[in-house]
Amino acid sequence: MFQIEFDNNDETVVGIDLGTTNSLVAWMNLTKPEVIPGEDGDKLVPSIVSLTPEGGVITGNPARRELIEHPNRTIYSVKRLMGRGVADVQDELKLFPFRIAEGSDTVIRVELGDRTFTPPEISALILRQLRINAEKELGRTVTKAVITVPAYFNDAQRQATRDAGRIAGLEVLRLVNEPTAAALAYGLDKRNEGTIAVYDLGGGTFDVSILKLHDGIFEVLATNGDTHLGGDDIDNLLLNIALEDIRTEWGEDVSGSGEAVQTLRQGVISVKEALSFAPTAVLSFEWKGNQYHREMTRELFEGLIRGIVDRTLGPCRDCMADANVTPEQIDEVVMVGGSTRIPMVRSAVEVLFRAKPHTELNPDEVVALGAAVQAGILAGTVENQLLLDVTPLSLGIEIYGGIVSKIIHRNSTIPASASEAFTTGFDGQTNVLIHVVQGERELVKDCRSLARFDLKGIAPMTAGMARIEVRFLIDANGILNVTARDARTGVEHSVDVKPSYGLTDEQVEAMIEASIDNAEEDLNAAQVAQARVDADAIIAATEKAKTKNAEAWESLPEEERKQIGDAILQLQSVYHANDHHLIRTKVEALNEATQNLAESLMNTAVLGALKGTKI
Amino acid sequence: MTRDFFEFFDLPRNLSIDTKDLEKRFYALSRKWHPDLFARKSEAEREESLEATAVLNDGYRTLREPIARALYLLKREGFDVAEQGSKDVPADLLEEVFELNMAVEELQDGDESARAQLISARQRFEAMRAELDAELQQKFAAWDAGHDKAALTEVRAVLNRRKYITNLIAKANVPDRV
Repeated sequence: MFQIEFDNNDETVVGIDLGTTNSLVAWMNLTKPEVIPGEDGDKLVPSIVSLTPEGGVITGNPARRELIEHPNRTIYSVKRLMGRGVADVQDELKLFPFRIAEGSDTVIRVELGDRTFTPPEISALILRQLRINAEKELGRTVTKAVITVPAYFNDAQRQATRDAGRIAGLEVLRLVNEPTAAALAYGLDKRNEGTIAVYDLGGGTFDVSILKLHDGIFEVLATNGDTHLGGDDIDNLLLNIALEDIRTEWGEDVSGSGEAVQTLRQGVISVKEALSFAPTAVLSFEWKGNQYHREMTRELFEGLIRGIVDRTLGPCRDCMADANVTPEQIDEVVMVGGSTRIPMVRSAVEVLFRAKPHTELNPDEVVALGAAVQAGILAGTVENQLLLDVTPLSLGIEIYGGIVSKIIHRNSTIPASASEAFTTGFDGQTNVLIHVVQGERELVKDCRSLARFDLKGIAPMTAGMARIEVRFLIDANGILNVTARDARTGVEHSVDVKPSYGLTDEQVEAMIEASIDNAEEDLNAAQVAQARVDADAIIAATEKAKTKNAEAWESLPEEERKQIGDAILQLQSVYHANDHHLIRTKVEALNEATQNLAESLMNTAVLGALKGTKI
Repeated sequence: MTRDFFEFFDLPRNLSIDTKDLEKRFYALSRKWHPDLFARKSEAEREESLEATAVLNDGYRTLREPIARALYLLKREGFDVAEQGSKDVPADLLEEVFELNMAVEELQDGDESARAQLISARQRFEAMRAELDAELQQKFAAWDAGHDKAALTEVRAVLNRRKYITNLIAKANVPDRV
């Protein structure tokens, strides 16, 4: 066996799209970005995490099955909670089955089974899965990543995403805005000059960005959006209508049952998706012997979602105004996010920007592909292209009377900085507290509190004599850094940061430790889940053969049929064991026992094909 | 502590700037300093790139806007450009300001006839501002000709008046109808 050692400098940097609904990991395969599939071959890893009864963690497709069977141990759309406080998410709680633990203060804690997790920890579990997928596919350790975030994410949401990366054992080289990444993925740099609009309607967030292209430089002129608008809202709208309809038809309210709501939610999602390609679709739902069927036409669907689509147009117009461009000046429009498959969304965008939108790339993959290109830029393998992004929200400090003084305006190219001088208000004062907020409003109470910075160790003197220069710097990730120094002595002041929302450094460190401790257990849980998926598949296939292909089944010797029956029983008896080796052994045994059956089915199929009849 | 924007862009300390040329310099310097190009460098180099890019971006933002550019130069040249108290009404505007305040109050009290008055006041102030902008161009050229500090004093006087007029425009800025 050869052991191939990779030079550290050549280490692959992966690009990750950590989405509300799905997450993906991609890399630069020589000169072309490519999405890396998971073990099951799927490129999309559903952003779903489930806790097994044994205490392990499963993610992605296997976790999706648990949504219906174990809704109390399973969580999706956690991105909606990133960097937010309990008060912020009250509206979400009405629509999403998040169970918030008592005592969630600056950081939300979500209950999964008997454990609690912060949103960055849950996101870290998804990131770890992506990392493992990439490591398997590339055959090397992956420790560095670029992760995308909605352009309109605020500082706390960005920090939470970076924390998630750290907890997952990834060094996050850069947070990139999703629409900007999408522009990179389209390789629009082949055009020398131009103005590009990116319309990104994802599962839970909406972003629009306008970029100017100049010789490989992508300069973002303005960005706008809504961090709480997306495909999920369409699902919730349809879900509520269906629940109401069922209540009228059955005289029974099923909204109290997590299982019923989840089944119905997946039903309306299928209808929504089908209506992008077909003029009508049928919603079918069965519950405790009751049946519900409702046909929906695209026309009716479009009437229902018009309000949601219209909500995206205001930010688009504001964005054009901020970028100081007219629709006629937009040369290219790029569509991102699964919801842009909806024909009505496409036509609304085309009408607004007066340009036919690009839809060549899969809207689910384009952000991950762009993240891989950005990873290539950072690794030095992609040359000539450069992204100049902006901060989406103004940064301000609280002054007297609860008023905000803006120091860095929104749409400023980042890194961006501002310096402010502070002094003391009374004799002998030794510290100054600075309250930093983000937002466009005049009053502190209408903006988003970021953090309180405590400047300590000021030498006691007469009020107003101290002169401390504070520098606010938004880095290339869109994250704020604050430093302070005495203007006369030049001595650096220590700054104590009290984030309004989010984890402290110590908390993140502790989580990194804990995740290493749990890694083995979680890996086992993932393998057990995968083994059970395989067990389900082979049992289902065998049962199907018995009933649907009775001829082939009956042709087997009785002894062999008994062996198959025993093998199924044995597999079922170990199915719930927390041991993937054991389950795998029994899956293998059943596979072995059904060899002849499989062959005989194949022959029947070949014969059938020869006769030109359908099986 | 802070690097001078004009020096950073390698430009003379002039108030008239060719913004196309400024943009070219901005792109070239971005290609030299952007943090994305320093990801594999040492921490010290990364820090240097971050600092330089912040100066670059702050500088570009400041220098491309004539008013921001002029205020910046005034400050660098030792002028006090702290916000002027809006109480010091320029003498020739006393009457205008008095009438404006009356009209704003009347409209607040529901007197719709004041609306037309405010709209025409806004148009008058906008015309004044346009005149000041033209004057500013001349003062910029005067400074550029010999970097004589006296020219900057005049620039500051125009900027102060311009700021005052801009506040009046904001005050008179009512919708054309209810």
